[in-house]
Amino acid sequence: MSAPSRSAGSTRSTAHREIPGSDAAHPRSSRRPSRVGYVARLVLAIVISAVILFPLYWMVVVALSSRADLLGGDLRLWPRSFTLDNFERVLSSFPVATWFGNSVAISLVVALISVTVSLLAGYAFAQLRFRGSSWLFLLALSTLMLPVQVIMVPLFRLVSEAHLYGTYWAVILPTAASAFGVFLSRQFILAIPRDLIDAARIDGAGQLQVFTKIVLPLSKPLIAVLFFMSLLQTWNDFAWPLIALKQNELFTLPIGLLYLQGQFGSDYGGTMAFALLNVGPMVVLFLVFQRYFVQGFARSGIR
Amino acid sequence: MTSSRARLSRRESLTGYAFVAPNLVLLTVFVLVPLVWAVVISFQQTNGFGAGRFIGLDNYARLATDPVFWRSTANTVLFTVIVTPVSMALGLGIAVLLNSVLPARGVFRSIMIVPMAISGVATALIGVLVFDQDTGILDKLLRSIGLPAVNWQSGGTAAFASVLLVTLWWRVGFNMLIYLAGLQAINLELYEAARLDGASGWQRFRYLTVPLVGPSSFFLLILNVVYSFQVFDIVFVMTGGGPENATSVLVTYAYDNGFVTGDQGYAAAIGMFLLALTLLFTLIRWRTSRTRDLVE
Repeated sequence: MSAPSRSAGSTRSTAHREIPGSDAAHPRSSRRPSRVGYVARLVLAIVISAVILFPLYWMVVVALSSRADLLGGDLRLWPRSFTLDNFERVLSSFPVATWFGNSVAISLVVALISVTVSLLAGYAFAQLRFRGSSWLFLLALSTLMLPVQVIMVPLFRLVSEAHLYGTYWAVILPTAASAFGVFLSRQFILAIPRDLIDAARIDGAGQLQVFTKIVLPLSKPLIAVLFFMSLLQTWNDFAWPLIALKQNELFTLPIGLLYLQGQFGSDYGGTMAFALLNVGPMVVLFLVFQRYFVQGFARSGIR
Repeated sequence: MTSSRARLSRRESLTGYAFVAPNLVLLTVFVLVPLVWAVVISFQQTNGFGAGRFIGLDNYARLATDPVFWRSTANTVLFTVIVTPVSMALGLGIAVLLNSVLPARGVFRSIMIVPMAISGVATALIGVLVFDQDTGILDKLLRSIGLPAVNWQSGGTAAFASVLLVTLWWRVGFNMLIYLAGLQAINLELYEAARLDGASGWQRFRYLTVPLVGPSSFFLLILNVVYSFQVFDIVFVMTGGGPENATSVLVTYAYDNGFVTGDQGYAAAIGMFLLALTLLFTLIRWRTSRTRDLVE
């Protein structure tokens, strides 16, 4: 999997060279970089960044501000004093640790199942010949277009009748199969030379061995992409968990966040303190493992 | 020899079925079966979660005369025709900017895509915080520069606008990322040739960049429209469809019917309408598209 867009802070000197697959200079300025244009672009980039970052900055400020500070009518972009009161209030009034644990557990289990299931299916669709494979692939892919809201009523009944309601599995199982994951896996595994697989088979490797000894080691970047995409999606998932998790002690962070907002009303300090617990870990993970997220998203757009 | 080859290929197809089985079983049980079931429920009158009674097309007939349904449909369409082109245009603009000679491009790119990591609920609550018409920072900013404050919550149009703005903040980074990947695949010699022929910056953008990122645009168009048809998190948390259904969309209305008033048959019918809308759009788009398809 070549990186369509690599995280790179390329400088002007490297930007002039044309390197396939890496950040390349914008053609407009590759010959005679105009100073005015350069400054104008920089200013524009800073302004856009400010628009993106300001709401996040404000979330942090509000989470760290006292209630009185927030209710004042005057405009203040910097808190008068920092306090952790909001965090203490949230942690003492709600089972935050439980909700955090629920989110971690559900996200990890969904990611693990989703990666496993997608890799297996992706390998079969890419490298194995069996009757109806292209038809089944299209069937799997077509579910990409289906909004969960179309099936939420019967899905809820199904989950209730299967006695999954009231357990983590009510969220895990319906979200574990990923059409996108299968699609991505197939595309990636198609690039593994068939000769390599045939050679292993001639040497007497069984199908499962071929998969574990040849395909999996070659698919590490794919696995990372699938894992992080699934983790991000499940960590932030809202519509289905809102329906499937009615018991307070099973809430994930987004559902807990909505519940807490309902209780706190206009106590924005408390709501934002809790929102930070939902947002913070994923933003850090996203920035640290940016490469994999970016590849996942970018790949979703290329062929 | 032949028999061993036949045995091998039979083993291969058995392995094939075994390997796709976990995925297909999950999809069948949790997507396809509920889909068929949803069609059935949409022909039923339901009361809570008990067994339904078949009433033919009554739910669909009711849709036709339900003003809230039409309001939700109009809002969904309006949301789609604004969010799709605007988020794509902004995404392309920022991608071109970040693909140009610029210091710390990696840092800027990371900033632009940060909203992608944030949950819809948290995004919407940040939106509520910023747009609050009594204590919100945005109205304070407007007043401080001498502009009138806006009633983001009690005004229907303003509430709709606030939902749009928050959605754009959340989604532009994704559009930018897809376009950036598309831009980086473009051969720079084309631009050199255009420049030698005397094409202006705008002309190069209009006649080179825009057509060359066509596949990305095609993909984003589908994705943005499908997303917009299904918009839920932001609306549900920010406004709950209010004030007076000014921001109600199809999915929030279906949710209200299915899980608040307990009218599941009607909710299923709204879902079917949404599915038909999605299919119709997809079909039209595939038919009229001359760009390559996504599968192969």
